[in-house]
Amino acid sequence: MKSKLLKTEKEPYVATTDSCKQCAPLGACLAFKGVEGSVPFLHGSQGCATYMRRYVISHFREPVDIASSSLGEKHAIYGGGPNLKLGLKNVMAKYHCGVIGVATTCLTETIGDDTPRLVKEFRDEFADELECHGNPSIVNVSTPSYAGSHVDGFHSAVRAIVDQLASNVPAMENTVNLLPGFVSPADIRYLKEIVHDFGLNPVVLPDISETLDGPAASEYEKVPSGGTPVASIKGMGTALSSIEFGRCLANSMGAANVLEDRFNVRSRRLGTPIGLRETDIFMDALKEITCRTIPIKYELERGRLVDSYVDGHKYISGKKAVIYGDPDMVVALTSFLTEIGIRPVLCATGAKSQLFKTAIKTVTEEILDESPEVLDNVDFYDIEETAEELKPDVLLGSSKGYKLSRKWNIPLVRLGFPIHDRFGAQRICQLGYKGTQDLFDMIVNAVIQAKQDRSPIGYTYI
Amino acid sequence: MRSWTRWKKATPPSPISWHEIIRKVPAMTNTIFAERKDQVHRKGEEPFQMACDKESLAGAVSQRACVFCGSRVVLYPITDALHLVHGPIGCAVYTWDIRGALSSGPELHRHSYSTDLQESDVIFGGEDKLYRALTQLIDRISPKAAFVYSTCIVGIIGDDLAGICRKVEREKGIPVIPVESEGFKGNKRAGYNAACRAMFQLVGTAPTDDISPLSVNILGDFNLAGEIWIVREYLERMGVQVVANITGDGRVDDLRRAHGAALNLVQCSGSTIDLAKMMEDEYQIPFLRVSYFGVEDMAESLYNIAEFFKDVDPQVMERTKALVRDELSELYPKLREYRQALEGKKAAIYVGGAFKAFSLVKAFRHLGMTVELVGSQTGTEEDYKELHEITDPGTIIVDDSNPLELSSFLQEKDVDIFVGGVKERPIAYKLGVGFCDHNHERKEALEGFIGMLNFAKEVYSTVMSPVWRFTPRKKALYSKALETDVCHEIKAIEN
Repeated sequence: MKSKLLKTEKEPYVATTDSCKQCAPLGACLAFKGVEGSVPFLHGSQGCATYMRRYVISHFREPVDIASSSLGEKHAIYGGGPNLKLGLKNVMAKYHCGVIGVATTCLTETIGDDTPRLVKEFRDEFADELECHGNPSIVNVSTPSYAGSHVDGFHSAVRAIVDQLASNVPAMENTVNLLPGFVSPADIRYLKEIVHDFGLNPVVLPDISETLDGPAASEYEKVPSGGTPVASIKGMGTALSSIEFGRCLANSMGAANVLEDRFNVRSRRLGTPIGLRETDIFMDALKEITCRTIPIKYELERGRLVDSYVDGHKYISGKKAVIYGDPDMVVALTSFLTEIGIRPVLCATGAKSQLFKTAIKTVTEEILDESPEVLDNVDFYDIEETAEELKPDVLLGSSKGYKLSRKWNIPLVRLGFPIHDRFGAQRICQLGYKGTQDLFDMIVNAVIQAKQDRSPIGYTYI
Repeated sequence: MRSWTRWKKATPPSPISWHEIIRKVPAMTNTIFAERKDQVHRKGEEPFQMACDKESLAGAVSQRACVFCGSRVVLYPITDALHLVHGPIGCAVYTWDIRGALSSGPELHRHSYSTDLQESDVIFGGEDKLYRALTQLIDRISPKAAFVYSTCIVGIIGDDLAGICRKVEREKGIPVIPVESEGFKGNKRAGYNAACRAMFQLVGTAPTDDISPLSVNILGDFNLAGEIWIVREYLERMGVQVVANITGDGRVDDLRRAHGAALNLVQCSGSTIDLAKMMEDEYQIPFLRVSYFGVEDMAESLYNIAEFFKDVDPQVMERTKALVRDELSELYPKLREYRQALEGKKAAIYVGGAFKAFSLVKAFRHLGMTVELVGSQTGTEEDYKELHEITDPGTIIVDDSNPLELSSFLQEKDVDIFVGGVKERPIAYKLGVGFCDHNHERKEALEGFIGMLNFAKEVYSTVMSPVWRFTPRKKALYSKALETDVCHEIKAIEN
């Protein structure tokens, strides 16, 4: 909290300067993008959808269609119901979608629209048209942007999808539910590969691996292929187990908890698997579910990773890092940095998270004597003010920290969301042994390059 | 926990795919909503008539933004003002430093300040938070003025924005101006108007000494990639003084004495025309509509300015002619090379304001290219009439379009390049079509004579790239063309 940040007696700043979070409906749209045949739909004014589309497109470089009920002044006064219904009807008619994911905005929450009721009314009033368009599912989630951040919006949407669609109608055998949180398309592809290699069928929710990183097309796909099939979501209640990543995710927010409560599918809550220790825990979970040993391919990946830890440790030993971003990503990165000998000096998130501090302590206490400074609910002004004194050697986080990296002339390793000033964000894989390997190489090289660039000698051999 | 006894060899995933389901749905061939039919026109097919300036259709995925966006776009480049967004975090975060409006001095505009309203503020009101945020920020960053943007929610909870602004203005001694930009109260144009009303509060509040009779304000240029500096340099060579940049590389003190200028130059559809009209009514300053894009429009704009001042300074026309001559003699030979390569290629245009579209149609013609589609988010009836006049038969003209329509037009017209903004880019790229960013995020200067050359380079770099032949759509076209050629050859041999 801000009050912890300021050591002096002055009043904490009321305004947020250069935010380190986005708003809740954006997170919900990202989650809805990971369901097959789904069109995210914002119940609010037109600007929200357009702004978020642009923000998300600039990261993924993919078409991102987000529909809107486009409320005007009269709707704000008399209620947004008619426009919501008209919008749903239009999306259904033009997109031929399998799912419409309706997220509310601050406008519709404040004018008091009862969105779940409106959606129910729509289902009753337009039953014939729904039938005619293949009975698309409509999922709704409450995401006023004055409550929580994009992280909460994301998890609320995932939970709403499970809550409103999951059942125990079997779709496949030997499935395991994997709820990875907001990770990259490349991460999801790799996670699916891992689960497959254990002989399991993964149901990854949400699965943005194709929808937000699709191939070139000859015809414009109204809704991009890929995403978690609705039939698979319906079968989530029959899975062998659920694995949900997120040490900072409260049980009340976990989608796997819904499945456990309702269908008795055991929920395994793990940290996001970055680094050896967190990935080992993930592998252990898969071993336990399948009673299998770890496939040799991953033994080798693990072995190479340990080998590289040794080869690279001197370059980075004792370097000080500032990590910022979504709580679970920061925790996972902190865990990883701790095990390679980089000292996390500030772990910060723009989101409000009660579990953040404990999670950081859990992943660092085994190795570090002194816990890093941990701040939640902060903006880049706070991060700058705190980090300046800590004199970091490297920054890890979204591209929004670039100004700090430029000011202090230290490298920024771009991870998380958004990455608006580099190419290929959707293809950054940082999970598992292989992803950690890429990440490790990237960090070591960033440190080497900073040293090389600053050196008057111009070493070609480091 | 489920028992592992159910484990068998994993079967490949086989739930019924959504794509199979939708195949059973009757195919909808029509991409255009019935409600939007009169917002699309194909030149030559029927008498010209177009509807526009309507509220966006719910569910149509309009490319438009909101009132707030309109205000933010116009005011944001004022570099030494505090821009505080009063609302939940989203509105501020999505407009943080996303546009390349450059400054030659202060850079307060490149930060994002928000009151970040929380649930309790929505319930109990955000006035106190706004007051404290404002006073703290003014103390911390010492701006020359503050703009306080209203967002959707502020319009609903009814915070007295104007009252707080007045109070802080009295206490801090700088202008603190509320911007009535609640997102839902109209579209982007309403936001432009709110911004103009906000700026008008500054105009006329400082002395106008040392202003030449040959003087202008530059309205509707946002100094993207340093463009306003190009225009200022031309004006300097003509002997015309610039009083205020409105708003690219803008300063509060310049705005305050903008009423001392002899003429307002207005670029960009709609965004600042309201301010020009207010200044005309209040201070009798005439305005001239100009465009700095493309050879013809740039030259014509400069000539019109010279024409305006010719009675005050008879030499100004001579200087302007010399300027245009110099610039063109340098530009034309370079442009010719690009034109040779681009001759006959096809373009599509979808931009925010229609005024830019006029210039783009002409600019493409200059490169020997045809325009197959042209549209805008916020064009007026007059704008579309003009577009209808300057385009070729068969051109599609569209108002407030959406991805489905745009993608179908691109495919139908088989264009080589699409000009638009970030939201249009992936539509083009996914279909294997070249793209030029002509929106506020652009990092290449496209104004002025040098801008025309940059534009040609941009168009060339994408249209002539070798990558298209590998994309599925073009690949199909290539092989079809090849097939046809082969058929012709075979037939020729047979005959």
